Amino acid sequence: MSLTHYMRAMLGIIGRELWRFITQRERFISALVRPLVWLFVFAAGFRAALGLAIAPPYDTYILYEVYITPGLCGMIQLFNGMQSSLSMVYDREMGSMRLLMVAPLPRWFLLLSKLLAGTGVSILQVYVFLLIAYMYEIEAPWQGYFLLLPALMLTGLMLGALGLLLSSFIKQLENFAGVMNFVIFPMFFMSTALYPLWKLKESSKILYALASYNPFSQAVELIRFALYGQLNHYALAYTLVTFILFSSIAIVGYSPSKGMMARKGIG
Amino acid sequence: MKKCFRVVGLGAFLWAFNGEAETVFVSLEKDNAIAVVDPVAGKLLKTVAVGRRPRGIALSTDAKFLYVAVSDDNIIKKFNADTLTELADLPSGNDPETFALSPVDKRMYVSNEDDSQISVIDVDKKTVLTRIPVGVEPEGIAVSPDNQWVVSASETTNMVHWIETKNYTRVANTLVDPRPRALTFTADSKQVWVTSEMAGKLMVLDAKTKQIIKELVFEVEGVTAEKIQPVGLLVDKHMQRAYVALGPANRIAVINVANLTVEKMLLVGARVWNIAFSADQKYLYSANGLSNDMSIIDLEQLKVIRSIGVGTNPWGLAVKP
Repeated sequence: MSLTHYMRAMLGIIGRELWRFITQRERFISALVRPLVWLFVFAAGFRAALGLAIAPPYDTYILYEVYITPGLCGMIQLFNGMQSSLSMVYDREMGSMRLLMVAPLPRWFLLLSKLLAGTGVSILQVYVFLLIAYMYEIEAPWQGYFLLLPALMLTGLMLGALGLLLSSFIKQLENFAGVMNFVIFPMFFMSTALYPLWKLKESSKILYALASYNPFSQAVELIRFALYGQLNHYALAYTLVTFILFSSIAIVGYSPSKGMMARKGIG
Repeated sequence: MKKCFRVVGLGAFLWAFNGEAETVFVSLEKDNAIAVVDPVAGKLLKTVAVGRRPRGIALSTDAKFLYVAVSDDNIIKKFNADTLTELADLPSGNDPETFALSPVDKRMYVSNEDDSQISVIDVDKKTVLTRIPVGVEPEGIAVSPDNQWVVSASETTNMVHWIETKNYTRVANTLVDPRPRALTFTADSKQVWVTSEMAGKLMVLDAKTKQIIKELVFEVEGVTAEKIQPVGLLVDKHMQRAYVALGPANRIAVINVANLTVEKMLLVGARVWNIAFSADQKYLYSANGLSNDMSIIDLEQLKVIRSIGVGTNPWGLAVKP
């Protein structure tokens, strides 16, 4: 198997995912509407409620809209990661996943390609969202928009790997509602996306601890610092380690001989 | 454990501040001191004890001397602006809160809040030339750039008093909205801009007729009206923009002078009190009384670029080029 085969397969998977995203206009719009509602409605209502404190990466006081923007970028990637997992379940039910899995390439490579494809889509969504936010005067330093790209790559991969991991557990499409209730919402609300850690600490130490160790919090912080031209080493290491962990388990999960798929009789 | 390493951030900030090197002095009401800040590096250099409850602060026109109204010690102190060594005490009268320096002769006009009067001081001779009775609780005070007028705002009488500098006589009073706390002349000496803390309003007075010619009521999205308490204000030397500190609204209003409309609201620290221009007027500095910091605003981009902790209850600022 030559490198060309690998590249062709990877580009094929990414191309399919991007094509699906572009042609499904409703999906594109709904992916943007969700964070925009949070930005224009939720954040506007809570503008005065956050209180004042300057914490890195910010050098001065910020409006609540500015604070939650990186969190909403993370939200886009979180939902996209889960959406990818939904599409995996769908593909499996419809049989196209079987076609993919029987391709003469290593399964880990196919899954990684699938992850990259999902991440690419989420990055597109995030930049469109940031463009709209920019027009709403939520501006970051221009360098931040470039430094954000590698951060989004990693956070997108990590959240995609989490989705992949979950999809290996889900047998049917209907079970996805459970993912929403038990994974997406707790991850999103128990994170630094909507409130800073110091604010959570004021109300509950348990919440503070949960938010600190929530991989989504660290993904959001990585995005937040990158958007302001800074590198948060802790968040980077945390996100990298969780990506490796989630993707490894997902690859094992999708292995026909060892994984959950064998138990489910799929693969 | 969670150390955040700033790699590009500091570079980005230095890039953001294109102003000349200068020093900002900030009076700290509760610390009995002044903070010395380097705005280019964006850091507090040192804090120097000056006496009890320093508030009004200004530099001489040649920027060689720094004057600080040390309210609870009932004096105004004169310092060498380079070394900050104390040079003299000026007899300011009771509870000097603010003062204004004449742009040409060496006269200082001091608001004596408790005595309801303005003291006129000969800075070189360190003597009080006269005391002018004004309304109750005089606070804001300004000298016109052409040195013809001194205006004083009495925050309880709700009046602006017009004093002629040639004979130190109060010749007119203008009734304004409640609690006028700060005022300033435009560069052409033709207008006086006054803020009313309780009405949340800015008033423009004509220096010729001594009447209010324009008004502007401030509104801040998401902030209740009672929190909008305008205080310190400045009009730039080209009379294109004016800036008003809105106190507990934690904002500075940027005003288009030509049509008296708010162009932008800039979020700064808690209870922003007084403001000062950088020497080149490319930056604006604000003293944020309750969050114990000062904010640096880039006036070309109209953005707050940094807030720096300076000490307890910052009140006024003076900028040394």
